[in-house]
Amino acid sequence: MGGFLLVTIQVDMHDRLALTLQDDLTSMVVRHRARGVLIDISALEMVDSFIGRMLGTIASMATLLDAITVVVGMQPSVAITLVELGLPLKGIRTALDVEKGMAALQTALAENEDGGDEAHQQ
Amino acid sequence: MKLISSESVPVRTPEDIVAVRQAVRRKAVKLGFGLVDQTKVVTASSELARNTLDYGGGGIVQLEIVESERSKSGLRLIFEDRGPGIPDIDLALSDGYTTGAGMGLGLGGAKRLSHEFEIWSKPGEGTRVSILRWK
Repeated sequence: MGGFLLVTIQVDMHDRLALTLQDDLTSMVVRHRARGVLIDISALEMVDSFIGRMLGTIASMATLLDAITVVVGMQPSVAITLVELGLPLKGIRTALDVEKGMAALQTALAENEDGGDEAHQQ
Repeated sequence: MKLISSESVPVRTPEDIVAVRQAVRRKAVKLGFGLVDQTKVVTASSELARNTLDYGGGGIVQLEIVESERSKSGLRLIFEDRGPGIPDIDLALSDGYTTGAGMGLGLGGAKRLSHEFEIWSKPGEGTRVSILRWK
């Protein structure tokens, strides 16, 4: 059983860098057989539609690869701005901090496995 | 409205979009904007700078500190390119509409994040978008 990948975004990324991260992370999910991806954006002072889309794409790709993504640490000013921008990041799981994110990943994975078993029983 | 200071930043590469965000942040801090207002104006500038680069083929952004008749200060950002222009501005402003690879939130989103918004565009001549956020 694979572990979790923890990514902390520390810099104000330009668009190409964001796309590189998206591709690298997707490859790493496969290479490390990760079941969960935790993306810490607490250092990001801004999330625009490009970064928002990148987070959504990572989550979608990870789902296809049987991993769950949780974005943690979003600053309140970033959350307020994202909603006004029109990008509420639907479909992306979030948690307040890394610790809560880890707990959310574990819960989600346990539920997934329970769900899988039930499906087999039926 | 009185112009207090003006600075221009080129928008030619994806790295320039980061430079625009940082320059806008500095001005917003200098004006004493709160964190939420800083984030809104920086995010709006990022969307518009990307439009200037991706759709306008690059251009320039003018960062202006202005003052109203009632001595209220504000940050005005003017994005200009000599690209192909926008044939239908109303359509370009509607959420979800895009001719590129983005999400189609740039113009409408930047408008929602600003107190004042103006757009001028002429096919074959270019596009000019101006946003203003008061302190």
